[in-house]
Amino acid sequence: MKLDSKIPEGHISEKWTNHKNHLKLVAPNNRPKIDVIVVGTGLAGASAAASLGEMGYNVKAFCFQDSPRRAHSIAAQGGVNAAKNYQNDGDSVYRLFYDTIKGGDYRAREANVHRLAEVSGNIIDQCVAQGVPFAREYGGLLDNRSFGGTQVQRTFYAAGQTGQQLLLGAYSALSRQIGLGRVKMYNRHEMLDLVKVDGKARGIIARNLITGEIERHSAHAVIIASGGYGNVYFLSTNAMGSNVTAAWKIHKQGALFANPCFVQIHPTCIPVHGTNQSKLTLMSESLRNSGRIWVPKKKEDAEAIRAGKLKPTQIAEEDRDYFLERRYPAFGNLVPRDVASRAAKERCDAGYGIEANDTNEGVYLDFSTEIQNKGKQAAYAKGNHNPTPEEITTLGKAWLEEKYGNLFTMYQKITDENPYETPMKIYPAVHYTMGGVWVDYNLQSTIPGCFVAGEANFSDHGANRLGASALMQGLADGYFVLPYTVSNYLADEIRTGKISTDSPEFAEAEKRVMDQINFFLNNKGTKSVDYFHKKLGLIMWNKVGMGRNAQGLTEAITEIAQLKEDFYKDVYVPGNNDEMNPELEKALRVADFLELGQLMAMDALQRNESCGGHFREEYQDAEGETLRDDENFAFVGAWEYQGEDINKEIMHKEELKYEFIKIAARNYK
Amino acid sequence: MASKKNININLKVWRQKNAKAAGSMESYKLDNVSTDSSFLEMMDQLNEQLVAEKKEPIAFDHDCREGICGMCSMYINGRAHGPDTGITTCQLHMRMFNDGDTIFVEPWRSKAFPVIKDLVVDRSAFDRIQQAGGFVSVNTSGNTIDANTIPVPKADADKAFEAAACIGCGACVATCKNGSAMLFVGAKVSQYALLPQGKVEATERVLNMVRQMDEEGFGNCTNTGACEIECPKGISLENIARMNREYLKASLIK
Amino acid sequence: MAKSALLKSSLAKKYWMALTGLFLCLFLAGHLAGNLQLIFGDALQFNKYALFMTTNPAVKLLSYLTYISIIFHAIDGIMLAIQNKKARPVAYAMNNPSGNSSFASRNMAVLGTVILVFIATHMVNFWAKMHFSQMPLQKTTIEFQGMKNDFYITTDGGYVPVNDPAYVIKNKTEIYDANVNLKIKDAYKDLHKITFDFFRDAKWGLPFTIFYVLSMIVLAFHLLHGFQSAFQSLGINNKFTPAIKLFGKLFAIIVPLLFAIIPLYIHFTK
Repeated sequence: MKLDSKIPEGHISEKWTNHKNHLKLVAPNNRPKIDVIVVGTGLAGASAAASLGEMGYNVKAFCFQDSPRRAHSIAAQGGVNAAKNYQNDGDSVYRLFYDTIKGGDYRAREANVHRLAEVSGNIIDQCVAQGVPFAREYGGLLDNRSFGGTQVQRTFYAAGQTGQQLLLGAYSALSRQIGLGRVKMYNRHEMLDLVKVDGKARGIIARNLITGEIERHSAHAVIIASGGYGNVYFLSTNAMGSNVTAAWKIHKQGALFANPCFVQIHPTCIPVHGTNQSKLTLMSESLRNSGRIWVPKKKEDAEAIRAGKLKPTQIAEEDRDYFLERRYPAFGNLVPRDVASRAAKERCDAGYGIEANDTNEGVYLDFSTEIQNKGKQAAYAKGNHNPTPEEITTLGKAWLEEKYGNLFTMYQKITDENPYETPMKIYPAVHYTMGGVWVDYNLQSTIPGCFVAGEANFSDHGANRLGASALMQGLADGYFVLPYTVSNYLADEIRTGKISTDSPEFAEAEKRVMDQINFFLNNKGTKSVDYFHKKLGLIMWNKVGMGRNAQGLTEAITEIAQLKEDFYKDVYVPGNNDEMNPELEKALRVADFLELGQLMAMDALQRNESCGGHFREEYQDAEGETLRDDENFAFVGAWEYQGEDINKEIMHKEELKYEFIKIAARNYK
Repeated sequence: MASKKNININLKVWRQKNAKAAGSMESYKLDNVSTDSSFLEMMDQLNEQLVAEKKEPIAFDHDCREGICGMCSMYINGRAHGPDTGITTCQLHMRMFNDGDTIFVEPWRSKAFPVIKDLVVDRSAFDRIQQAGGFVSVNTSGNTIDANTIPVPKADADKAFEAAACIGCGACVATCKNGSAMLFVGAKVSQYALLPQGKVEATERVLNMVRQMDEEGFGNCTNTGACEIECPKGISLENIARMNREYLKASLIK
Repeated sequence: MAKSALLKSSLAKKYWMALTGLFLCLFLAGHLAGNLQLIFGDALQFNKYALFMTTNPAVKLLSYLTYISIIFHAIDGIMLAIQNKKARPVAYAMNNPSGNSSFASRNMAVLGTVILVFIATHMVNFWAKMHFSQMPLQKTTIEFQGMKNDFYITTDGGYVPVNDPAYVIKNKTEIYDANVNLKIKDAYKDLHKITFDFFRDAKWGLPFTIFYVLSMIVLAFHLLHGFQSAFQSLGINNKFTPAIKLFGKLFAIIVPLLFAIIPLYIHFTK
């Protein structure tokens, strides 16, 4: 199979404009004759469904949650990037493009990323017009903040709930179309398979999660916007329901899956506390602006802390190791996410972890220095030039509270510790997956008529995503790319007519789904679905996590294959199909995670280099920094399904050509 | 410092096979619950125990487990989202309970939120209210005016944000003795009424959203203020007042 | 749309509750001011006031508004209560509302019903007597040349001897010249005496005093929530709200307290 990325000719800054100008259109009177299915209602899905509905297509949108507003885009905290240059600090479309490519460690496609940067400004215009309440300055204009990996202030935000506000904006646009009858919304429905007719995507099989009914839905095009697959690790910052099933089912139907091993580990999450933990909570990246990350210099201190004999506040300044400041003096605590995460892991692996859990994995994020600095500043600002230490501390804490109050409260609710008095404990956690379904420039997968948007595709973030770029990509795909490229595809479908759901292809797909459901419900196993999911998570975290090596990956591949076998033999799924059955839902999702996990390990094993979120321990320099291999690995690894045995999947390469950016080593020192 | 310990608890949980079946409170015993667990992790643990006993686990809504998606919805010991304020059920931790406690867990109770199964209720009424007018009628072309063309006073923008912080969980309805949805609707009406982009359609919006709210069978507001206290996002009663103003204005001119 | 919206919608019901409620608060203030004359004024002053209140056209208009408000407030309130009850068909097995709301705010309908019963009783006790039955007329005893004689006090400030066959009382208060059958004067209905007799009645004085005092406690709770709630319903929630709430609290305590003192004063000063 030859992968054709369909990147338009021309200069990078003209590609998208030229391409748009030559895409085929569907006349307004023809649009109501055409059906489009959108799976997922996060930023990408909701914006795509709203836009296509508004154009006049018959849209059917699906989400497994009880409302489209609950998609996990809602949990994004920090912000959304856009090259508006409102702050007059030298930002431009080119710089956003450049920062994103560099942040992605030169493993993303230039043309896609440039398009993303081009439309970024429109996102902000659109959202403001929709009534998204972004943070503003006293003059009434939009405020910006800075984020990791950039030197300009281009991040628009709404307190620590930017994802929520953007999603609710897209949800409001979607709601408008639902109210107008142009989008039919299917809440509590899960897509369980793709239906292909004559090689084209022609519909889906979905399960009504309330009644268990297996439904056939036909369409002239199917858009998958079902998010990322971080839950393959069991513990992640993803929502409990986030899953890979829609993406994986189209993979099994012929869509290639690209760079599955590119996973972003977010450095500042609350550490694991126990075996019953279900989810990891993110503490916004913005905290690294004010907090200093450290572990004890002496191992015996770390041991004493874990044993509860010492408190972090008792460790003297000279006995603390501010390892990020030590290793990366230029960027310090503000190095990109992958770098910060690995550094924390390195310290914990070396025995300096401070969390009293099974793995001792945890480091301190300490605000005491900031309390002193800001306290002093505040005292001076009030005209008090001889503040007492108590006054400084009080003022410093007040400053912190104003800036991060809600985060500190959240932390205290979860951990029962007061971060104003004692340092926060944090540890990296799985957060975002850069890999995903391979798509061409039009966001179409290798299945004609099957488009993939947002985190579910692989396209824009390379091997590492910069903060505040995920929201940008989701909305760009849904509002400003798919309406054009999907129409281009649909232009050839105006004569197709209504697609019947009575064809053998639909019957066959439905049978595949029913067989799988019946298998699980009739399996005489003894263990719960979570039992297997947790096991998978542990293998993934330990061997396909932050640090990977050939031996571990090889073991992981075998172990996951074995786990999959055990799963099918011994899983117990209670209840029936004709009812709401959360255990069955989980079983169907975990079945796909098991296959994906194996592919991730295989992908990580073939990629003999370290880049972005993919760190191969064999490929590091003397100081423990990543060693990229541009000569041999400047490609997208896109995997083709070959049947039950994941080991048989074939990898295709899409060479990455850097014509407009000079490829260079990432250096944050 | 966090004091890690395990507690044994008794639970009384509403079980209901489906929307049509009659339900009842069932008793369960659960041992060795870590006080560091969240309430939903405790429920996971109970479900694992039930599955191990080959019994049907308890269905409950949950997703993000970090207090923002608004999916989790349990009435715990007589309070929406349980005995703590400013949080959702997923953020409630077991350290709020003591060894030997009996904990009541019930679904949201409202005519407009019928029970689907066990603790799962149907909140699509909220979606329909939103569909009736909770939007600005602007096409998604991106070719609107530049985002900075209309300055918005910071105070208004901040208030609009505070209203928009609503997560649509329905705790306001669940806790209101009248099953009223006015905090939810008031928040949405307020968000748009405070922003210049939303003012154009303000009249139609408030009339349509309130009409839909009434049709869904929610009760009336008697200003008890319970919603504001139980709201995990602290949405203020000011938003209901603003809706009242907007509606009065709208019904006088329309 | 507008018409039906202002009558039918949930929000409109709140407006009407608020408007009628606030009007009734005004009424309470006025009524209290008048009634305090039972303590601080003499009988004549009070009866003059009573006459004024039952005959002045402007006051009449206000009184009709009051009746309408009471009826509307009650009917609207009952309708709201029924609707609200329907909004939660299945009750919670375990509910802990005191954690998030005040007793008064949750029980406005019950408190209101008690007040309605009180109003009915109160009107039967005084208002109906004043309007429909033959009231005693205000008399005074004048000592003249060592003889004590009873006189009716007339509205023009004159005196007409009681038990003088030259005069007859017709139409409850009109004094006629018995010979020529001509109305010559009007007497005052002695509401003051009715009131004092009522609360000092040997058998019923105490129970009614207690009933009135208890009713005022109920009224206090109703006002405690109702006063400030009315402003919220009308969309008034701004920087003045704390002041409104404070005033509402003072109003809710002071007005019923003063009302309650009247029967206590009368009963215990006999």
